[in-house]
Amino acid sequence: MKAVITVLGKDSVGILSKVSTACAEVGVNIIEVTQSVLQDMFAMIMLAEIGSASVNFEELSKKLDKVGEENNLKIHVMHEDIFNSMHKI
Amino acid sequence: MLETKDILETINMIDNENLDVRTITMGISLIDCIDSDIDRACDKIYDKICMYAKDLVKTGEDITREYGIPIINKRISVTPISIIAGVCQTQKILKFAKALDRAADTLGVNFIGGYSALVEKGFAAGDYALIESIPEALSVTEKVCSSVNIGSTKAGINMDAVKMMGKTVVDTAKLTSDNNCIGAAKLVTFCNAVQDNPFMAGAFHGVGEADCVINVGVSGPGVVRAALEKADCKDITEVADLVKKTAFKITRMGQLVAQQASSRLSVPFGIVDLSLAPTPAVGDSVAHILEEMGLEICGCHGTTAALALLNDAVKKGGVMASSHVGGLSGAFIPVSEDQGMINAVKKGALDITKLEAMTAVCSVGLDMLVIPGDVTPETVSAIIADEAAIGMVNSKTTAVRVIPAIGHEAGDELNFGGLLGKGPVMPLRYGSAEKFINLGGRLPAPMQSLKN
Repeated sequence: MKAVITVLGKDSVGILSKVSTACAEVGVNIIEVTQSVLQDMFAMIMLAEIGSASVNFEELSKKLDKVGEENNLKIHVMHEDIFNSMHKI
Repeated sequence: MLETKDILETINMIDNENLDVRTITMGISLIDCIDSDIDRACDKIYDKICMYAKDLVKTGEDITREYGIPIINKRISVTPISIIAGVCQTQKILKFAKALDRAADTLGVNFIGGYSALVEKGFAAGDYALIESIPEALSVTEKVCSSVNIGSTKAGINMDAVKMMGKTVVDTAKLTSDNNCIGAAKLVTFCNAVQDNPFMAGAFHGVGEADCVINVGVSGPGVVRAALEKADCKDITEVADLVKKTAFKITRMGQLVAQQASSRLSVPFGIVDLSLAPTPAVGDSVAHILEEMGLEICGCHGTTAALALLNDAVKKGGVMASSHVGGLSGAFIPVSEDQGMINAVKKGALDITKLEAMTAVCSVGLDMLVIPGDVTPETVSAIIADEAAIGMVNSKTTAVRVIPAIGHEAGDELNFGGLLGKGPVMPLRYGSAEKFINLGGRLPAPMQSLKN
């Protein structure tokens, strides 16, 4: 199962590392990363394979929420199908 | 790989523009619960609903978590109870309402619909008794919703039922007058009622439906308004195209949720109802969409045309996005649930006559209108008859959900709280239709009914 992890917030040092460390800790394999910084707003989107993760969807979501709160970022973890169905025919 | 802008667009729709799935409604047939002993029938109903829907709320929450889409309501609709009550109508029929309420409580759903009767052509066993019990049923239960179909394009309008419903609406408001007359907000009188509507208060599980189905109602007025605001359309065709594209995306999300819910609950997927259903939340208003199209205020001249465009474009956009579209599908205009409508009423731009015109081109009828408490039952019947005539002649669903504000007059306000919102008491037109309503009988079906 693939999930899309989006990270939005004010740019600061080490965002990518913090999020990817949290993912690695629970065995989430990051497949693709794109990121952009517009003015000082940071937007990162990761496509991750979570089928072999050591935690379930809810726990992963909570873990990343915590990382988000600690770093003043908004992190969403969503099943990729939502984007596929909304934006592809 | 997915496009970054698409991902951010979806997240923005959910976070900032109130995109949500308004309801997952499980339709359950109660035909096999019929029993001449009312207590045994009630036990069967409670058991069947609780067995079929035991995982409904949890499944909804799981989908919300995984897909990040808020699913606001999980609800249940059942076979019209008048059909079940036919064999035990001499007994205390109210027990059915209590059994439904108990099931809703056990399961944690917020509404259960189907305390209903279908009497467009006449009354069958159980219909009279059920309609007479509605005021008390809605006052002693919390989550039960009731609806009565009094007309259709095929059958005409049952004016005896129209007369009964005027009294029923007023009595229901009176019995719940200590709680903002909220009973009347859970009672809908339909013409051309649909059998697979997932939205309350008018949902029931039609007799032509399967034993159990999942119907999903999507929403998203805020998303449509925001899309129009950002786009700066050059002409009205562009507006229609943009609404279509947005409705497509919203409906695709609803379709995904419906498929997921259906497979996780092992229940067949029924339909997606692609309706723009407003909520009292700021920015989630159908009136604001119309204003975004260029109206100074909802209710001014031009409103009916703008609403006609919106209603049509929503359907055209949504219909390709889902394998089965049904329910009411279109734009809703419930006054008390829509901040833009409330503002328009307060400023005197929107009144009952304009709303009546609007109902000729959108998917429902006079919805969540608070009217003066001294209204006579005959006047409520006349309002119902007018709406039913619009539905009957135009081969569309129309409905009346008016709330007589007992003890209040025009200019006051009732506050229902939650999704039902709050509404100013709206003045009605002058004159009485008492003699007309008391004629009773059947208003003949129009020529449109002779399609065969």
